Amino acid sequence: MSEPILKIDNLRTSFRIKDDYYPAVDGVSLTVNKNELLAIVGESGCGKSALAFSIMNLHSRAKIEGNIDFKGQNIANLPTSKLNKLRGKDMGMIFQDPLTALNPLMIIGEQIGEILLIHGTNSAEKRKERVLELLNKVGIPRPEHVFNQFPHELSGGMRQRVVIAMAIANNPELLIADEPTTSLDVTIQSQILDLIKELKEESGAGVILITHDLGVVAEMADRVAVMYAGQIVEIADVYTLFENPLHPYTRSLLNSVPTANEEQSTLHVIQGVVPALQNLPREGCRFGARIPWIADSAHEKNPQLHEVSPGHFVRCTCYKDFHFPDRDKEGNRHVVS
Amino acid sequence: MWKFSIRRIMIMIPQVILLSIIVFMLAKMMPGDALTGLIDPNVDPNTIAEKREELGLNDPWYEQYTRWVAGVFTGDLGQSFHFKMPVSELVWQRIVNSFWLSLLTLVLTYLIAIPLGITSGRYNDSWADRLITGYTYIGFAAPLFIFALVMLWIFGFHLGWFPTGGSVKPGLTPGTFEYVMSKLYHMLLPALSMALITTVSTVQYLRSEIIDTKQKDFILTARAKGASESRVYNRHILRNSLLPIAAFFGYEITGLIGGSIFIENIFGYPGMGQLFLNSILLRDYSVVTSLVLLFGILTILGTLLSDIILSLVDPRIRIK
Ligand SMILES: Nc1ncnc2c1ncn2[C@@H]1O[C@H](COP(=O)(O)OP(=O)(O)O)[C@@H](O)[C@H]1O
Ligand code: SF4
Ligand SMILES: [Mg+2]
Repeated sequence: MSEPILKIDNLRTSFRIKDDYYPAVDGVSLTVNKNELLAIVGESGCGKSALAFSIMNLHSRAKIEGNIDFKGQNIANLPTSKLNKLRGKDMGMIFQDPLTALNPLMIIGEQIGEILLIHGTNSAEKRKERVLELLNKVGIPRPEHVFNQFPHELSGGMRQRVVIAMAIANNPELLIADEPTTSLDVTIQSQILDLIKELKEESGAGVILITHDLGVVAEMADRVAVMYAGQIVEIADVYTLFENPLHPYTRSLLNSVPTANEEQSTLHVIQGVVPALQNLPREGCRFGARIPWIADSAHEKNPQLHEVSPGHFVRCTCYKDFHFPDRDKEGNRHVVS
Repeated sequence: MWKFSIRRIMIMIPQVILLSIIVFMLAKMMPGDALTGLIDPNVDPNTIAEKREELGLNDPWYEQYTRWVAGVFTGDLGQSFHFKMPVSELVWQRIVNSFWLSLLTLVLTYLIAIPLGITSGRYNDSWADRLITGYTYIGFAAPLFIFALVMLWIFGFHLGWFPTGGSVKPGLTPGTFEYVMSKLYHMLLPALSMALITTVSTVQYLRSEIIDTKQKDFILTARAKGASESRVYNRHILRNSLLPIAAFFGYEITGLIGGSIFIENIFGYPGMGQLFLNSILLRDYSVVTSLVLLFGILTILGTLLSDIILSLVDPRIRIK
């Protein structure tokens, strides 16, 4: 039975640009269950980090609206003093760039030890013992030696392991990883992902994994949320999403772009990039402008998430007007017998 | 660390040699020589020529140079033609005075810079920050000697709170408490005048260092650990921002040399800066040469000190 650990409801995170607030996360609702890995995918600038940072309230200047229920309390806009009891204890964060995420002037042992100290491990000996145990756990060879090293003495992969050791130090129930492998060598990437998956299996924590790599999603995720321009456009379990992607954006990510109608079989490509925050259309579909080959009448005025099958939500109903060569109008695969 | 320091010191040696050659050449190129200011123009030119020969002033430059360098090494910087005493003795008196004045200036510089820089950087864009930044702009714009003159006029002459010249009240026995206090009292106004101006660069440096560090990714990491605001600030932001300031220290010394020339002359303080200007005016060139050499060496040492401090406090350099 899935037990939710995090429930986000209608979250809006707005940044101030000049004199106005512009939402970078615009009405996101999602749930993360215990021992579940939820992947969030979407191209750069669509608000993935903004969403992840909102959960721990790490934005320095942002307006956060909506509900973030974590372990039965709403932590959106919780005072920092109260939030600090949760940060680093019940929820851990793995950052994108291990080269900059560590304090250059602190030895590894001290940096990991700090998170233990903050959350009540007062004995220096116990801290050291635990740090060595953690270094061992994340696969760092010679922990005793690394304990006294500075970040610049370690490779990127090793540093990311240190960041992970830090994130899991207090056995958090929720782990947020924001593109944890984007800045690493390809060979190291899979090692780090394996480590995250392993740690999740072992601890039963809920994990949010942000990535733009669908290969990673297929391998790691239990469920997938596809984000576009601050909104979720499709969310489903990983099998459904890969088997039956319905939103044009999801399909474009999956590299199988739908054609407009049955007569024309030309391949239509999705054009352009995510508009800047100030220029996002706030009414109607944010995506419409990038698929001009869809008839105006097909667009929904105010696209909403529709549940097309249990747990599978798609924004808008336009998918019904697409023709997928191998599927019918409901998006079901034709069974050719 | 040792390797680094030794290598760094080795680099210094050619710098010093180059400096000594340049200083020597400059001295030779100055119009007139040691005898010009000394000898009555009515004396028989033949006698002068003899004297020249006797002093070795007609020898090739490299012989004169070697002689000069050998002298410097044995503490013989030549005779001051004006003061009629060995330059080394003359300089030594002044060095002590300048040393104390510089030390006090440095202490005041940091006493002003650290709290202001920290406040300004931590609460940037607050009214306190605007006030402090305003002060630094004024400090940058105001020429030191004009500011020092204004200070001297207001606090020395007009209000009469501070002495207007000298380094100690005459008639006191060296070593007594009164003597030390009087020295301090004489140094306070010049040191403060200089510190108030020179500190602005340190204030701005510290401010921008703090603002910069605040936006670093590892600060976010610290927040994600659940560190309190004060912990984030003291352990991560401040510690990482003070480091470059420590390294700045050596360069600060270099800056003091230039400043002391103005300050000592304006406040009639008998230090090296005052001696330097006087000697130029008097064409007392053995003194000028010695002082230029000394200033040059101090500058090189200041840079060396900066590098060594930086290597001590920054693990990224220490390891290499
Ligand atoms: N602190 C901020 N202030 C203003 N705009 C921001 C800020 N952080 C992010 N943005 C904007 O919000 C949008 C989403 O950014 P982000 O969440 O970083 O995207 P992603 O992580 O998906 O690449 C982008 O348009 C970005 O420019
Ligand atoms: S049909 Fe709906 S989802 Fe598709 S582009 Fe138009 S408004 Fe957006
Ligand atoms: Mg991002």
